Amino acid sequence: MGRKKNKGKSSNYSDSESHDSGLIDITRKKFRLGDYVAEKVIKGVAFLSITIIVLIFTFVFREAFPIFNSSNGEKKEAAVQTVKDSQETYGSVTDQTPVAQTQETYGSVVDTSAKEGVQETYGEVTDKQQVQEQYGVQTSQDQDTISASKSTYTVNAGSGTDDNRSAIKTLITKDWVPVSDKPRYGILALIIGTFKITLISMLFAAPLAILAALYTAVFATKKMKEIIKPTIELLAGFPSVVIGFFALMVLATFLQNFFHYETRLNSFVGGIAMGIAAIPIIFTITEDALTAVPKSFYEASLALGASKWQTAFFVILPAATPGIFAAILLGIGRVFGETMIALMATGNAALMTLNPFDSVRTLAATIGAEMAEVVFGDTHYNVLFLIGSMLFIFTFVINAIAEFYVKGKLMKRIQGK
Amino acid sequence: MILEKIHTENMYLYYSGKMALKDISIQIPEKKVTAFIGPSGCGKSTFLRSLNRMNDLIDGVKIEGKVMIDAINIYDKNIDVVNLRKKVGMVFQKSNPFAKSIYENIAYGPKINGINNKNQLDEIVETALKNAAIWDEVKDRLGDSALGLSGGQQQRLCIARTLAVNPEIVLMDEPASALDPLSTAKIEELIVQLKEKYTIVIVTHNMQQAARISDNTAFFYLGELIEYDKTKKIFTNPERKQTEDYITGRFG
Repeated sequence: MGRKKNKGKSSNYSDSESHDSGLIDITRKKFRLGDYVAEKVIKGVAFLSITIIVLIFTFVFREAFPIFNSSNGEKKEAAVQTVKDSQETYGSVTDQTPVAQTQETYGSVVDTSAKEGVQETYGEVTDKQQVQEQYGVQTSQDQDTISASKSTYTVNAGSGTDDNRSAIKTLITKDWVPVSDKPRYGILALIIGTFKITLISMLFAAPLAILAALYTAVFATKKMKEIIKPTIELLAGFPSVVIGFFALMVLATFLQNFFHYETRLNSFVGGIAMGIAAIPIIFTITEDALTAVPKSFYEASLALGASKWQTAFFVILPAATPGIFAAILLGIGRVFGETMIALMATGNAALMTLNPFDSVRTLAATIGAEMAEVVFGDTHYNVLFLIGSMLFIFTFVINAIAEFYVKGKLMKRIQGK
Repeated sequence: MILEKIHTENMYLYYSGKMALKDISIQIPEKKVTAFIGPSGCGKSTFLRSLNRMNDLIDGVKIEGKVMIDAINIYDKNIDVVNLRKKVGMVFQKSNPFAKSIYENIAYGPKINGINNKNQLDEIVETALKNAAIWDEVKDRLGDSALGLSGGQQQRLCIARTLAVNPEIVLMDEPASALDPLSTAKIEELIVQLKEKYTIVIVTHNMQQAARISDNTAFFYLGELIEYDKTKKIFTNPERKQTEDYITGRFG
């Protein structure tokens, strides 16, 4: 009814004939139910999604929090003497307990009676064959060891304070041995590993993706572009487990045969594999950014007698810098949080080296591998959440740097003040 | 017959089969300003763009006939388009400085031509900016973004950028159409100065502008060259009725 009236009104306006119904009443506010509901629904959904993000943040940080809380909390007597001893003597191997005599290979408890006195840290392995056999396997244990570790867990579950206090001291060391009689949560190696692999994958993926995008945006014919772009965009949704599988089975062997390094699965292989996962993302965003550069730039450059590639490199690429940085950041984000490829193709050993051909363990892969098996409320559990928080924070910092530094200083340098 | 700087003979241009320019034969003299006038869509910009082969960028453009510059057919197979465009520069309707600093905008052309000497570049930039009558306005902020300049300044910067490559011919596609009268006056003044050194071809919608600055004027209509003569003659005593109608505003 109302609509009908309106129509009558608007035609009224143009030929200025007056009807009985008169002018549109603008003095009374009309309640529009459809508008109202739509507006509220959109608002509700928006708030819901924002709340979810905030809740995830809060949850992760809250779970990581006990680790800091306990460090200045009250001291508690350790229930079991053996455990306390091993904690106090952390860092130097003494003969007080059978446990302390063995430095364990990661994730496994070694037959102490057989290898007493042998100090093996993972990565600097003297007898490789042996360690590979032991990896992930629990061999026969001494009675002492069993009781000791049992009591350790009793303490952990009961009052984590004391344990936490010593654990936090190990946070900035390089040993990541969370499952042990004297667990060490050195996350430095994990952080360095993550950055190393991110760097490798970006060094591999960014140039390839950007050049591919440049080709597609500037040089390719229309028909070619119509084929290339959707194809690569489809690859962006490629399951990372498949890439990981490919890297594990094919890429690792191929690269090892080509470069002749020692460890088959290492940060180089993992970096390349993650780069493969990141290429479609970087490509897509970069291509969009390059296409969005005004055509007038292109024409102006050509009219100055620049060749096509000079135009592409010196005019179009610089003009698209913000978009390209966004693309690289998204790629970094992808690689940074990538778990499955890291689990499958990097070797997963927390080594603190800068050699790209050593095995590496990333932050995300550590969570992925260990979260399912950790004791709830344990220090290890808290540390894993701390790692989760760090992933959040690093991503945040990277984005912040991009926002303030790149958009501020770098853009000024390229495009003038 | 002495060939002029630019000379076309029976030139036809097709946009994917559709004829856009029909039988254009024109002789454009050296170191003079030649203006193209005509209603929108009459092909004057298309013709201008075919003089430095900018139409190559558009798919489906086909050209027949001869387009000679210095007695060389620029649509010959062996022509190096990049070098042709160095010789025949172009200023566009919409000012289009690069997203770089003022200095870099000017230095870009010389740089791609292999000039990397800082002193030499400084000199070229200064000369080009002075020639384009914008030096005094920007000399203290060469490092600022060119996009921060006003519309008129941007257009003069674009002219300076073109001059920095040292072309022989400068094509201008409605260079003042988006500018206020003051900036327009500056650009016109500039064009008159520039004809001492360069051959200038300008497309304009503003007939007073054509009358003020050009030596010769060509009137295009529906893809055809209707009349081409001395500007004075075109504006005072045109031979064709169509030209007269257009100039006096009695068109259509």
